[in-house]
Amino acid sequence: MGDRSRLCSVWLGSETGILKGVSLSRKQAFNFCNTSHLSRDQEVRALCWGDAAESELLVGCVDATVKTFSLEKGAFTESRRCGDPAEGCFSGLAALGGDALVTCAESGALRVWRQEGGDEPVTQVDAGKNVCRMRQSPANPNKVATGGKENGLKIWDLQRPEQPAFSAKNLRDDWLDLRRPYWVRDMAFIPDSDKVVTCTGYHQVHVFDPSSPQRRPVLEAEYGEYPLTAISLTPDGTAVAVGNTQGHIALLDLRKGLVRGCVKGLAGGVRGLQCHASQPLVASCGLDRFLRIHSLEDRKLQHKVYLKSRLNCLLLASQDLQEGGATAGEAESEVKEEEDEGDDVWDAMEQVEERQKRKTTEDTETTKKRKKAQD
Amino acid sequence: MDITEVSTSQDGKGKKGKKAKKKSAEVDGEGSAGEEKKMVKSELAVAFPPAFSVSEIKNKQRRHFMFMKLKQEKRKAPPKEVPKTIENQRVYDETTVDPEDEEIAFDEGTDEFSAYFNGLTNPKVLITTSDRPRGRTVRFCEQLATVIPNAHVYYRRGLALKRIIPQCVARNFTYLMVINEDRQVPNGMVLCHLPDGPTAHFKVSSVRLRKEMKRRGKNPTEHYPEVILNNFTTRLGHTIGRLFAALFPQEPHFVGRQVATFHNQRDFIFFRFHRYIFKNEKKVGIQELGPRFTLKLRSLQKGTFDSKYGEYEWVMKRHEMEACRRKFQL
Repeated sequence: MGDRSRLCSVWLGSETGILKGVSLSRKQAFNFCNTSHLSRDQEVRALCWGDAAESELLVGCVDATVKTFSLEKGAFTESRRCGDPAEGCFSGLAALGGDALVTCAESGALRVWRQEGGDEPVTQVDAGKNVCRMRQSPANPNKVATGGKENGLKIWDLQRPEQPAFSAKNLRDDWLDLRRPYWVRDMAFIPDSDKVVTCTGYHQVHVFDPSSPQRRPVLEAEYGEYPLTAISLTPDGTAVAVGNTQGHIALLDLRKGLVRGCVKGLAGGVRGLQCHASQPLVASCGLDRFLRIHSLEDRKLQHKVYLKSRLNCLLLASQDLQEGGATAGEAESEVKEEEDEGDDVWDAMEQVEERQKRKTTEDTETTKKRKKAQD
Repeated sequence: MDITEVSTSQDGKGKKGKKAKKKSAEVDGEGSAGEEKKMVKSELAVAFPPAFSVSEIKNKQRRHFMFMKLKQEKRKAPPKEVPKTIENQRVYDETTVDPEDEEIAFDEGTDEFSAYFNGLTNPKVLITTSDRPRGRTVRFCEQLATVIPNAHVYYRRGLALKRIIPQCVARNFTYLMVINEDRQVPNGMVLCHLPDGPTAHFKVSSVRLRKEMKRRGKNPTEHYPEVILNNFTTRLGHTIGRLFAALFPQEPHFVGRQVATFHNQRDFIFFRFHRYIFKNEKKVGIQELGPRFTLKLRSLQKGTFDSKYGEYEWVMKRHEMEACRRKFQL
């Protein structure tokens, strides 16, 4: 179990309560389940890394428990009760250093829990009603942002929980002097600066700058006609990937707010979207039960994995996705290469024939398409 | 290098040839040249790699015999080839449901239809149309109401669906079916499973009302029909199949001998309603009653009807999904 979990480079939480780990180098998906029988109460709503070394995962479920999954052992090690299921599911989960964790429920209860605190939260903040998402700043673990339906973006400093450090103002009234509706679905902190980018249910993307005196968005961009459900920053920080309920994923440039391109392939609404920290890849998961990994440069599909339940959230490991299989795999491939070099002509000839036989219809189709394209 | 290549390849051929000759010798040695042995020999000869040919048999009589056999086989009609159809050539869909899969069984066992499949609710369908329906649509709705037991047709007085839905839930309806009309002809259907269930939007085509059907039987009775769901293999297909199954009550009245069929072929779902009668154990006579129509799924949305802000589980993206003629979704 432990060796399987160490191979996985992508982690997903599903509606059936199963934590799924996918190893792309081996093209395998593994299911990790806490109990012997599944239950809808265990539906995974939030996933985050337990520590900076990425050896533990925190899994937030619908029945208000947070489970810790250890990658070394490949099993769930502990489970904590954080709040009340009546308050709504987790809209955000984050780990503070030293065994503390921050949870936010849909009713707006933003709480900090410590191991010694037992059942009571150490700090409690009311972030308003209908909080859709809570995210932690990667630069400063004490800063979290919350936002929801008719609940503007608020940035909280957990050491001073009385008042938000920054609270956004609604957009200016439109040309008919009507109040613009506001529904923050997801947000992300832009690295190397104070700025926060949010995506809304009214197909808008806003960039806020807390360091400037302006509390309204600095940049406003629109995409599509359907609510945007997920947002993720690309590794270079200039572009952002957004996904909507129809399965359209677009890359927007943050300098001007224009659409750089669309990523095609999803059939259902996007629930989880994340760009890899160093490689130009974006992973998306959604209601159509597939995990798709596209490359950011040419926006082509690189990997597609069928995972049988609807997927709620997704986490990428910071290591290279292809090499997730540890050094053992690399050593094996090196040994094979040495053997091949020994018997040059024969092995080379046989390998060519085997590849021809193993060509599936898909390969022949793709080669035909390439030939047609060239023609 | 060259010399080694030639020798090994020759050895290979030689070995194969020797093996073939040894086998044929053994077969000859076993018995007299009866017909069965000849058949065995011919089969063996055909099964051997092409390096072995009839001309290598040294025995003149046997060689002549094998040659006559070969000529006969060539004169016989070639074996009938199986024609390639689009269904034969269908690209294997990885979402095809494996009946033994536990995760999918659990997913289906606890989804929005579990209340119906566990026998806790009885279906009650509300049929309505888009605003101000005319002609064919009205008659189509009435005929649908006779086919689906426990169905009620209501006139849509320009009311918003999002406001109708809470009222239906309060009155214990389990389905809301809205037939959309375009130029006096039905062309779309929104099927919403009520407590909090998925909403499917279909394109309706080829609607034939009862009086347009040839050789039809008498009008359907009040007996609950049996339901046949054909060819819903993928995960999406399973969801849609369950959506249709939950329209009809769980216990069909076999006395009524009526059956409703939803047949999926190439992503089109054909609805037919028949009355059957068994003439003897092997022969059945069927009479088509009732309306006949074709559906094509356009989108499946999670939750009750909310086309703008709802989350879609599956959306038909024609240019991406219909590019390959051999790939189907349901």
